[in-house]
Amino acid sequence: MYTASDLRKGLKIQIDGEPYIVTEFDFSKPGKGQALYRTKMRNMITGVQFTQTYRSNDKFERPNLEERKMQFLYAQDNDYHFMDTSSYEQIFLTKEQLGDNLNFLIDNMEVEVLFFGDRPIDITLPTFVNLEVTVADPWAKGDTSGSDTKPVTVQTGFQLQVPPFVEQGDKIQIDTRTGTYITRVKE
Amino acid sequence: MLTPEGLRRRSDLLQAIRSFFLERDYIEVDTPLRLPVLIPESNLVPFSSEGCFLHTSPELCMKRLLARGCSRIFQICHCFRKEERGRLHQSEFTMLEWYHQGWDYFDLMYQCEELIGALVRRCPDLPGISSSGQLCWRDSRVALTPPWERLTVAEAFGRYAGVEVNEALRAGDFDEILVTAIEPHLGRNRPVFLYDYPLELGSLARRSQQNSAVAERFELYIAGVELANGFSELVDPQEQRQRFQREITTLGLGGKTAALPEKFLADLSLIGETAGIALGMDRLCMLLMGCPDISQVTPFIFEEL
Repeated sequence: MYTASDLRKGLKIQIDGEPYIVTEFDFSKPGKGQALYRTKMRNMITGVQFTQTYRSNDKFERPNLEERKMQFLYAQDNDYHFMDTSSYEQIFLTKEQLGDNLNFLIDNMEVEVLFFGDRPIDITLPTFVNLEVTVADPWAKGDTSGSDTKPVTVQTGFQLQVPPFVEQGDKIQIDTRTGTYITRVKE
Repeated sequence: MLTPEGLRRRSDLLQAIRSFFLERDYIEVDTPLRLPVLIPESNLVPFSSEGCFLHTSPELCMKRLLARGCSRIFQICHCFRKEERGRLHQSEFTMLEWYHQGWDYFDLMYQCEELIGALVRRCPDLPGISSSGQLCWRDSRVALTPPWERLTVAEAFGRYAGVEVNEALRAGDFDEILVTAIEPHLGRNRPVFLYDYPLELGSLARRSQQNSAVAERFELYIAGVELANGFSELVDPQEQRQRFQREITTLGLGGKTAALPEKFLADLSLIGETAGIALGMDRLCMLLMGCPDISQVTPFIFEEL
């Protein structure tokens, strides 16, 4: 169990059977008054946010959360299937659960899958992934008139700005936290 | 954590405070930090120490010195309150507390105006004070020229929350309304004394002669920050004992023993009319040095030890 005095930004707690993460936190205590723990929280399954003020006597259960390394196998309709490479157990998450992660997810990629009890609820991608450029305007050598970046599309369909020398068929490294270009990868 | 320059400014402020009180015929006292019994205050959680407690304020011992015949005393000391941490709270913090016999809480309000004015004059180039003499903290610009605003708790609840104080007390919402709806407005353009608290929220303060439902207690707010808490002291041992009993039974013990500070109660009748006040020294440094977080104005915070 957690008590209100354990609350801090980033703490994960369970309320009404669902996992929440504290996204904002402020302690206040008027003179001679009671301690107030003002928090903003996000439901880790639905993404719904809410604010709530807690007092010293409030208690919270610890959510049963576990991360497991899994490999992305394939997508079928709306479901994205992953496998635990040591136990061969397979699970799936929906397109909605994966959200923007789909911009960088490719076959055979290893990711961390977050489980709430037996239920997969989220994934964490590697910080850096290498993806192939599938659409790019050709580079006109010596062209100094244009801007210093150009848009390209990678194999997942994601679009981003890259330096002009990047060409179709190149592999590029992308930071999955920001969706930005890092470097061209030689293979 | 403070830089050598910050430590110098904090030292300047401490010395200026001492000069201010010594020039006004106060004596400085240093009372024990570790006490066998504390004043029962349900919302303060003390650290225990080998069968004793670290004090949460120097009030108990300082009032006993008044009973011994001291008439004007001040103290700058560390106080300890468990489970308090945040932008404005540290579990160990520095308190400035002073008492003046023969005064009431309105006299102390004037002295607060005088004290802050004197510190700004004596400590030149404070980072939190603009060239025109305004205190600039976060997004507040506070004119320090007296007189400062005086606002009763009842007026503040009506003005900023549209709620009656008694209604808030009955619903158990007093603290929450004060923190969320009222405090953010207090002292934004000039400091404000919020005064006349409901009697049950001033267990060591004298009952007002004009309005028996309120205690003669005030809080000083500057830039939304609660800086000092003062009152006309309750010096009637019988009434004090009843208030302590009520504090213990209605609000819980907060981890403390149920023993009452009997020596304190015995001394109370010897004190006579007195006003006393506690001011958060670290918060004062924070405001005058233009630092948004209390952890920036102490030599160390706990995590650095």
